[in-house]
Amino acid sequence: MSVSLKAKIAEVFEEPGCDINQGKSEKERKKGCTKQLSPGAAAGGCAFDGAKIALQPVVDVAHLVHGPIACEGNSWDNRHSASSGSTIYRSGFTTDINELDVIYGGEKRLFKSIREIIEKYDPPAVFVYQTCVTALTGDDIEAVCKRAAEKFGKPVIPVNAPGFAGPKNLGNKLGAEAILDYVIGTVEPEFTTPYDINIIGEYNLVGELWQVKPLLDALGIRILSCISGDGRYKQIASAHRAKVNMMVCSKSMINIATKMEQRYGIPYFEGSFYGISDMSETLRQIASLLVKQGADAELIERTERLIEVEEARAYKRIAEYKQRLQGKRVLLITGGVKSWSVVAALQEGGMEIVGTSVKKSTKEDKEKIKEIMGEGADAHMIDDMTPREMYAMLKEARADIMLSGGRSQFVALKARMPWLDINQERHHPYGGYEGMVELVHEIHRAIFNPVWQQVRIPAPWGDDGESLGAVTPTVTTDHLSGIAAKAMGLEPEEIPA
Amino acid sequence: MARVVESKKACTVNPLKMSQPLGASFAFLGLDACMPVMHGSQGCTSFGLVLLVRHFKEAIPLQTTAMNEVTAILGGYENIEAALLNIRKRAAPKVIAICSTGLTETKGDDVDGYLVTARQRHPELADTEIIYVSTPDYVGAFEDGFKHAITAIVKSQVKPLPVVAHQVTLLPGSHLTPSDIDELREIIQAFGLNPIVLPDISGSLDGHIATDWRGTTLGGTTLEQIRSAGASAFTLGIGEQTREGAEALETIAGTPLEIFERLTGLACNDRFLQRLSLLSGKPVPAKYRRQRSQLLDAMLDGHFYTGGMKVAIAAEPDLMLALGGLLHEMGAELTCCISTTQSKAHALLPADQVLLGDLEDLEIAGKDCDLLVTHSHGRQAAERLNKPLLRVGFPVFDRVGNAHKVSVGYRGSMNLIFEIANLMIERIAHHHAGDWPITPEAQLATKRLDQRNDPLPSTPLAAASA
Repeated sequence: MSVSLKAKIAEVFEEPGCDINQGKSEKERKKGCTKQLSPGAAAGGCAFDGAKIALQPVVDVAHLVHGPIACEGNSWDNRHSASSGSTIYRSGFTTDINELDVIYGGEKRLFKSIREIIEKYDPPAVFVYQTCVTALTGDDIEAVCKRAAEKFGKPVIPVNAPGFAGPKNLGNKLGAEAILDYVIGTVEPEFTTPYDINIIGEYNLVGELWQVKPLLDALGIRILSCISGDGRYKQIASAHRAKVNMMVCSKSMINIATKMEQRYGIPYFEGSFYGISDMSETLRQIASLLVKQGADAELIERTERLIEVEEARAYKRIAEYKQRLQGKRVLLITGGVKSWSVVAALQEGGMEIVGTSVKKSTKEDKEKIKEIMGEGADAHMIDDMTPREMYAMLKEARADIMLSGGRSQFVALKARMPWLDINQERHHPYGGYEGMVELVHEIHRAIFNPVWQQVRIPAPWGDDGESLGAVTPTVTTDHLSGIAAKAMGLEPEEIPA
Repeated sequence: MARVVESKKACTVNPLKMSQPLGASFAFLGLDACMPVMHGSQGCTSFGLVLLVRHFKEAIPLQTTAMNEVTAILGGYENIEAALLNIRKRAAPKVIAICSTGLTETKGDDVDGYLVTARQRHPELADTEIIYVSTPDYVGAFEDGFKHAITAIVKSQVKPLPVVAHQVTLLPGSHLTPSDIDELREIIQAFGLNPIVLPDISGSLDGHIATDWRGTTLGGTTLEQIRSAGASAFTLGIGEQTREGAEALETIAGTPLEIFERLTGLACNDRFLQRLSLLSGKPVPAKYRRQRSQLLDAMLDGHFYTGGMKVAIAAEPDLMLALGGLLHEMGAELTCCISTTQSKAHALLPADQVLLGDLEDLEIAGKDCDLLVTHSHGRQAAERLNKPLLRVGFPVFDRVGNAHKVSVGYRGSMNLIFEIANLMIERIAHHHAGDWPITPEAQLATKRLDQRNDPLPSTPLAAASA
C-alpha cells in the first residue's frame, strides 16, 4: 500500500466527529480502528466497493475501474440510485487488465481508457478507482490521473481505495476523501443564496431525495449539492459555498462534514429523512441553522407551518392502515441511523418492535432507541443475531414481519413469513412524509397478502419438503448456531456503508 | 465458421464478462454439502455473491479468505488456514473448494503447498475434502473458471473403478439451468441409464424450501457420486467447456466420451438420443418421438417471425453457440456476435466473426438489428435502442424463475422458439389508415381535366415518387 494511502487511512481514523475515537487514548487512536476480518467467516464488501457506493451516485461522471474483470464485471449496475438527468454513471467502465498488464503494469492501458471515455462520452469528469491487483503491481493512478487531466483539460479524479485496504465502511470514507481533495472548492457557483445547503450521505435510492426536495423547494431552500445522490460534478465542486451541511448517514461520509467545517466554516448537523417526526426535526434544524447563518428569521415560521400541514396529511393517510396494523410485531434487522429512525416510523403506524439490530449503530443511535422505545428498550436491542435465530423467531411467529436487507430475505421467506426490503436493493422509496406513508402501505401489503395462508398449508401426504439431509454436523449445535450469518453472507447489513 | 477477433479498446464499457473465480464457485455450488471459498479480499466474494443471489433468489453459501494489505504482500497461508478451520467449525461441509483470485495470483500464493501444510498441521481437517483451482481474474472468463473447476474436481476425486454398464457421467456446462439438468437426467433415465451429474446445480439452486438452515450447499453431487464416476461406461459433455473435464475422466478412468456442442435444436438432440439409444440398446421412447414432432411443428409455426431477422448476441461461447445455432436454423442472421473468451465453440458458430468484446460493442452493432440477446446487463442498451431483449444465461437479475427455464431437449428447444417468436410478434408494427397516402400525381390523375388548371405544389414526396 502506498505511503499516501496509509497516511490517508490514518487521517480518516483520526476523525474528530467520531465519539468512539475521541474516547480513546492518544496511543490507541494511532492504531486506527480496522478490525482484522476473519477468514472463512467474513461477509460484505471491500474498500473498493465502499468507495464506489459512496461516489457512484454522482450521475454525470464516468466511473472507471482500474483492475481485472472481477471488480466491475461482477458488480456493475446493482444499485438503485436514481438520476434526474445523465445516465452515464450506470455504464460500467473498466480497464479489464490482462496478464501482460500484471507483469508490465497497466498505467498505459489506464491512460488510453481515460482518453477513450473522454472522446466517446465527454463527461464533465472521470473518476478512476484503484483495485487490489493494480495497487499490488504498483500502478500509480494519481500520476496517471494528473497527466490525463492536464492532457485532456478535464478533471480526472483518482479514488485510491483498493479492496484489501479494509472493509466497505473505510472505502466510503476514502471515497469521500477523494471528493475533499480533488473536487470540493474547485468551481464557484453561478450565484449563491442565504438558503443554500449540502446534503451529505444521501444516495437517492429509488428517488427518495425527490420525496424531500419539493418540501425544501417550497421553503426556498436550495440544495446546492447532494453528495452524492443524483449529484452533478459541478455542483459538488461548488459545495464549499453552502451555508449548512446536513449529514444523512454519519457512518459513511462524516469526514466530508467535519473537514468542510474546518476548511470553510460550514456548520453541520445529523438528520434523517425516515419517519414523520424525524423529517419534521430535520426541517427545523435546517431552518434554524440557516437563520443562524444569516437567512431571514421568518423561515422558521414558514417551516413550522409547512410541518403542521404535512404532518396532519401524513397521519391522516397512515390512519387508514393503523387499525389493521395495530399490534403487529416487527423484527427490524438493519443498522446505523435506521435502527432508530425506522423504529419511530413504525411506532407511528401502530406497530410493535420485537427487535432492532444495533450491531452497526453508534452510542447516540442506541441512546435514541432508548428514548423512542422507553422502558424495556434494552431487551429489544439485538447485538448480533444469526439467521438461525431470526429464522426461529419468525418460524415460531414471535414476529409478524421482518424488515431487513436483501441478503437475509430468505431467512423470512423460507420461514414462510412476510419480509420487506428496507436496504439498498428495495424498489419503494421511503423518504420524507411521502415515504413514511409508502412504508406503512408496503408493510400492510406484505402482511395481508393472502399468499401467506397458501404457503403455510401443509402437504396432504405429510412430506413438506423435508431437508435433504445434506449436512451431518460434526460439531455441537452450539457452534452451529453461528453458521449461517457469516458463512452464508447473511449477516445484517446497513446502507450505505 | 466464425473468425475470432479481439477488441482493440483499452477501456471495457459495460462488461459482458464475469470473472473466472465466479465461474469456478458456480461449479462448486453444484456439489453437495460444499462451501466454495474465494482466496482474495472480501469484495471479490461479495460481488459474486450478490450476482448469484440476484439471479437465483436464493441464499448462496460462498466464503472469503478476507485478504488484507499485509497478507496480500506476505502471502495468504494464515488466511487459508484460518478459513479452513473457521468454515469446518461453523458449517461442517464435506467439501471446501478454494478458488484463487487476481489478488492472490498476482502475489503468487502457492495454495497447493499451503494445503499440504494445513493438512499436516491440522489433522482435524481429515474429514473434509479440499479442492483447489487456480482462477486468476485477469485471465479468461466465467466459463473458463467453470471448466477448470470441473477438471479440478475430477482430478482430485476420481479413481478408476470397474465399469458399470448402465452408468454414464453427464457433465453439464455452466450455461444450463437447474431445470435443464433435470430435463437431461429425465431423458437419460428414460433409456434405463443411470446418470452421475457433475456438477449438479439442480439439487442446490433449484429454489425449494427446506425446513432448516445449512451453512453449505443443500443438494448437488455427493462425494460418493463423484468418486463413482470412475465406474461410468461413458461421459456425455454438454458444451465445449466440458471437454477438459471429460478428457480428464478419460485419462484417469479410460471412459470414452462424446461432447455435444449444444442441445438446442432438432438435429443435435437427434444425435443425443441416438447416442443414448446406442449406449442402452433401447429404442427412443414414445414420449420423445412425440416431443420431436411437437418441436417440428413449433419450428414451422415460429419461422414466420424469425426468418430473415437480424440478431445481435452477446454471450459466453457455449451459450452463444446454443442460441446462435438454433436462431440460424430458424432463419435468423447473426449479424453481431460478442463473446468473452477464446473457445473452440466459436469455430462452429454460423456467423462471420466473433468479437471478444463488451456490451458497448453490442449496443453499437445492435442499432440495425431486430433482436438483442444477452444477459440482464443488456437492459440499458435495449432500452436506449428501443429493441426487444431476449434475456439469457447469467446473470438474469430482473426476472424471476430463472432456475426453472428449460431450453434443452426437444421440449426446451420448443420453449425457446416460442419465446423468441413471441418477442418478435410483440414488435410487429401496426399499420394505420394514413400509412399509405396516395401520391399527388395519382391524386391529380383522379381529377377532371377542367379542374387541372392549378399546378401542383412541388413537394418532396412528389419529387421522390417522380
